[in-house]
Amino acid sequence: MRSRDAILASLRRNAPPVSPLPDSPTAIIYADPERQFAEAFSSVGGKFVRVTSLAEVNTELGKFESYTQARKIASLIPDLGRANVDLAVLKDPHELEGLDIAIIAGEFGVAENGAVWVPGSTLGPHRAIFVVTQHLVLVVPAGQIVHNMQQAYDRIRLQRPGFGIFISGPSKTADIEQALVIGAHGARSCSLFLVGSQAR
Amino acid sequence: MIGHAEKAATFAADEGRAHWHDQSLWFVRLKRDRQAESIPEWEDLREAAAAIKAHTLSRIADYLEEFERNSRSNGIQVHWARDGAEHNAIVHRILADRGITRLVKSKSMLTEECHLNPYLEAHGIEVTDTDLGERIVQLRHEPPSHIVLPAIHLKKEDIGELFHKELGTAEGASDPKYLTEAARSHLRQKFMAAQAGLTGVNFAIAETGGFVVCTNEGNADMGTSLPPVHIACMGIEKIVPRTKDLAIFLRLLARSATGQPVTTYTTHFHGPLSTPGGELHVVIVDNGRSAILGQETFRRSLSCIRCGACMNTCPVFRRSGGYSYGYTVPGPIGSLLAPLRDPRKFASLPFASSLCGSCSDVCPVKIDLHHELYALREELVRKKAVPLHKRMAMAVLSSVLARPWAYRLAGSLMRWILPRLPRDFAYGPWNPWGRQRELPPMPQQSFRDFIKKESE
Repeated sequence: MRSRDAILASLRRNAPPVSPLPDSPTAIIYADPERQFAEAFSSVGGKFVRVTSLAEVNTELGKFESYTQARKIASLIPDLGRANVDLAVLKDPHELEGLDIAIIAGEFGVAENGAVWVPGSTLGPHRAIFVVTQHLVLVVPAGQIVHNMQQAYDRIRLQRPGFGIFISGPSKTADIEQALVIGAHGARSCSLFLVGSQAR
Repeated sequence: MIGHAEKAATFAADEGRAHWHDQSLWFVRLKRDRQAESIPEWEDLREAAAAIKAHTLSRIADYLEEFERNSRSNGIQVHWARDGAEHNAIVHRILADRGITRLVKSKSMLTEECHLNPYLEAHGIEVTDTDLGERIVQLRHEPPSHIVLPAIHLKKEDIGELFHKELGTAEGASDPKYLTEAARSHLRQKFMAAQAGLTGVNFAIAETGGFVVCTNEGNADMGTSLPPVHIACMGIEKIVPRTKDLAIFLRLLARSATGQPVTTYTTHFHGPLSTPGGELHVVIVDNGRSAILGQETFRRSLSCIRCGACMNTCPVFRRSGGYSYGYTVPGPIGSLLAPLRDPRKFASLPFASSLCGSCSDVCPVKIDLHHELYALREELVRKKAVPLHKRMAMAVLSSVLARPWAYRLAGSLMRWILPRLPRDFAYGPWNPWGRQRELPPMPQQSFRDFIKKESE
């Protein structure tokens, strides 16, 4: 504990007089947050699909080549996708390797940047699933789009001990000559189904 | 000690490559501008971020204690390190006690600063950097040349050649997609075999006792959700008071760094993996930071969120490359942090700036970079950390400028002598300014004489 106390003492000795915490600035509000979200999500390399029901998700999935050719599919949403991997029997997250498709529920989307909040509680027994899978399918209820990150954090309750993640599109890198390459370590594609009746 | 200017000369000697480096970074700067312009409240966000950082620094010990308390109740083990050596020893002990010999790392400039990799390797641990850019420079046995874009100094042909040698890709292949795919399968094997994952920390939250890590590649997520042991290393300045503060910083970070609206993965950790043997360790490191906090003029440099925007915009960084700085964090912010830690070794860095102020204009937390660089120059001269010839030149110049008669005399002497000097002498070693520039033709008369004549 010597180092801890030495560091804290040094920080207390050297800290300036207390300055106030600011109020949060007024954050951007979009006329059509759903459309803004769709644009932002597409701009980061994601595939946005608007559907009215879960049944329609199954139909649309059938049009994806990555889905029709997939050998191993896991779904964390009941009755969605022709899942053939039983996540409950996997003892170790390493057994997720080789998974082609993972279907996961997102809690809400953020219009300003196309991010989707995925709490750890919806990731099943092994949270690695969202990044180990070759292709990721996110399903978000319509009406669950907030305008900006400030609204997002007003909603989020970081449970303890817990885990949560914003996902915005597929894994990517531009580390070789600034050339954008999709599919670095995580999902090679990220599709999002916004499910529910159309807003008027 | 070889200074920035000497190393920059080597970089600039390859004119084509230096120009390409300049353009690559300017491209990132322009992407940042487009993102900043898409948010009407951008300037308010910068103000808020600066104020949150200033407040946090004013109560930093309290917030670190709050963080420690809350993370312990989340099942996180917290360690404290006064310097790089203690940090390295702590990380090694965690690994050694559990018999771990294979570690995967995501990007952490703090561990670069502490030279963790060579330390662990010397103790028999295989360390794999998993960010693509970092893996590239690791295979080349080089440090990163930029904190966000570690391999920005390399061309795809360089990387193609490296991967051919190290990963067995086809000879002459340099397509970024092909090379990235090769790295993906190579690194997936490393992830599957790793016994522990190490990450940096972008933001640690006092009120919840958790922390956030941002990546685009997903390498931090692979490295922390497969092996049971996760070690996260953070400088003391990574702490923020509340969850809601994350909104402000995350709105600024990726936009400022790479011109993206947000990183692909923004991961919130609040406890170890639930698999058997799951452990989460956080190492909180000072390594000279608390001393900087005590310096009123320079403490704002501790607000840095390591976005790299000041590097991308800096005309000197873009034309001299990251290695010219000789420190983990290069560019304008590094030119403060490095000499604040070791004034003699890094005395040339605050002079590696035109003081144009572009860095201060783009900084998302409004660090007054160019003012601090100027102030640091003064301090280094006072401390006699600047080379003797430079100090003497400044002493002569200030005594001339302080005496109108001496200035008049020096002016007329120069106007007479310079045109009569042989070129080899006028541009001799005593005139570093003239190395890349032509001296202007000497006027017939001084400005003072000109005005006097005109007003008659």
